[in-house]
Amino acid sequence: MPDDARAASLPPSAALARRRRMTDRALPWITTPVLAGLLILAWDLYVRLAGVSPLILPRPGAVWQAWLELLRDPRAWHHTWMTVYATLTGFAYACVLGIGLGVLIARARWLELTLNPFIVATQVIPKVALVPLFVLWFGFGITSKVIVAAVLSFFPILTNTALGVKSIDEGHRDVMVSLNASRWQVFRRLELPSALPYILTGLEVGIVLAIIGAIVGEYLGGSSGLGHLLIARLNAFETDGMFAVLMHMSILGFTFYFSIGALRRMLIPWHASARLKV
Amino acid sequence: MAEAVHPAIAFGAVEKWYGTRDEPVHALARTDLAVADGEFLVLLGPSGCGKTTMLRMIGGLIEPSSGEIAIEGKSLWRNGQRQAQALSELGMVFQDANLFPWLSIEKNIALPLELKGVPAPERRARAAALMRLVGIEGFGKRWPRELSGGMRQRAAIARALSYEPRILLMDEPFGALDAMTREAMNMELQRIWLETRKTIVLVTHSIAEAVFLADRVVLLSPRPGRVDRIERIAFARPRMPDLQSSAEFQAIVRGLRHRLNEIGEEGSGHAR
Repeated sequence: MPDDARAASLPPSAALARRRRMTDRALPWITTPVLAGLLILAWDLYVRLAGVSPLILPRPGAVWQAWLELLRDPRAWHHTWMTVYATLTGFAYACVLGIGLGVLIARARWLELTLNPFIVATQVIPKVALVPLFVLWFGFGITSKVIVAAVLSFFPILTNTALGVKSIDEGHRDVMVSLNASRWQVFRRLELPSALPYILTGLEVGIVLAIIGAIVGEYLGGSSGLGHLLIARLNAFETDGMFAVLMHMSILGFTFYFSIGALRRMLIPWHASARLKV
Repeated sequence: MAEAVHPAIAFGAVEKWYGTRDEPVHALARTDLAVADGEFLVLLGPSGCGKTTMLRMIGGLIEPSSGEIAIEGKSLWRNGQRQAQALSELGMVFQDANLFPWLSIEKNIALPLELKGVPAPERRARAAALMRLVGIEGFGKRWPRELSGGMRQRAAIARALSYEPRILLMDEPFGALDAMTREAMNMELQRIWLETRKTIVLVTHSIAEAVFLADRVVLLSPRPGRVDRIERIAFARPRMPDLQSSAEFQAIVRGLRHRLNEIGEEGSGHAR
């Protein structure tokens, strides 16, 4: 009789699967630079052939030069730090409140029913439109930026956490009940690890919204941060400098986003999402 | 028959109602039943006969509406609270393996020990011994998703045995497996039972599986769920797969199937 214990594993297909995983991982490292290079080339060609004014669209080389200048400018680093600080602080508040409230909502039906209209309201109200109000209330300083970043990133973290805790498999709960696990053990050994993929998805969306929040906050008030710097360059008609700031922001965004990705691979190596992400 | 001082599992006038006051469902009528120490008992019946309810009540997952359940002489419920002493005598295996996908096979098997505060070296040693017992040696570092359904169910059995309960409860443990694997797993289960001498209560709707595995088959009938008859199966152990083609085996299966059909007709008769 064929013993499934020995027959079941994956010897012949394992090598194939590993090779496919290798190509999956290697492919973006080739295609991404090639496509980006083509895009930049097309941009350069367009500007040169169509004779676009550098005030409207500077050439990639000029943007690159402006960015190198930006890197040498200590004031630019101050602005960068202010944006990073506002983003991460706001994001941290959103994490604590979003995850905490998400777990509570998922566990207490009455709390969900009570709070749901308000949660939906915070989601539906165009929060960016409230930014001037935040500036009015909390001043032109860093506080208003932190709050905008927190408000924007709070909602996806909350909903994903609540969804994660609610999606826990009933069979898994039965196991914990039959093992007479305590409430804390159920949370620590079942609910938290089970909800973690959802929470990380919330964080991934949240961190991007937090940067957006911080930068929009900087657009509309104050005298520091990359958002402010971008507006300043625009007002001075330094379009290449503006593009450089834009590039700087994007690099920042990528760094944050991939940090969460790295966190995902570290925390949930067992989950499919940790394998599919670049 | 040599009975222990108290049976492994005792149902005293246990009854279960589900649902609301307006629309109550009688899941299990007043039932008395004693399972002897070391016995292999199979609960057999059509869907809706309350066999899973019975098993989940023994496992402490459902509280009976009235009556008393005692495990190794210890009450399972007191004032609406599950009693840890009774629960520690029970290991449960579900239809799905219900392994935690974020734990390796080894850690899944050792989870009950971890919850009970057993130190890590001891957990590892115990998990290794259990993996040998259920035949999944060398797979301890794998994720559950990397194993076949049959192997996952073996791991689930190992997990249920990890804290050495005296009773193993199994709710259609091989129902989700293909026929070949299922037969192999039944042989394995018999071997594990002969090696460990646990008391086993297993739920199934396969007559052949019930007769092959059981010391006693409890036939349940639905609406309300109740014990219809108890059939003692006397074949010597270990039982081999070709036992199933013997005339005696076939006769018992036929008898049970006949009775199950009668139950079904009575049921539909009531409905009309």
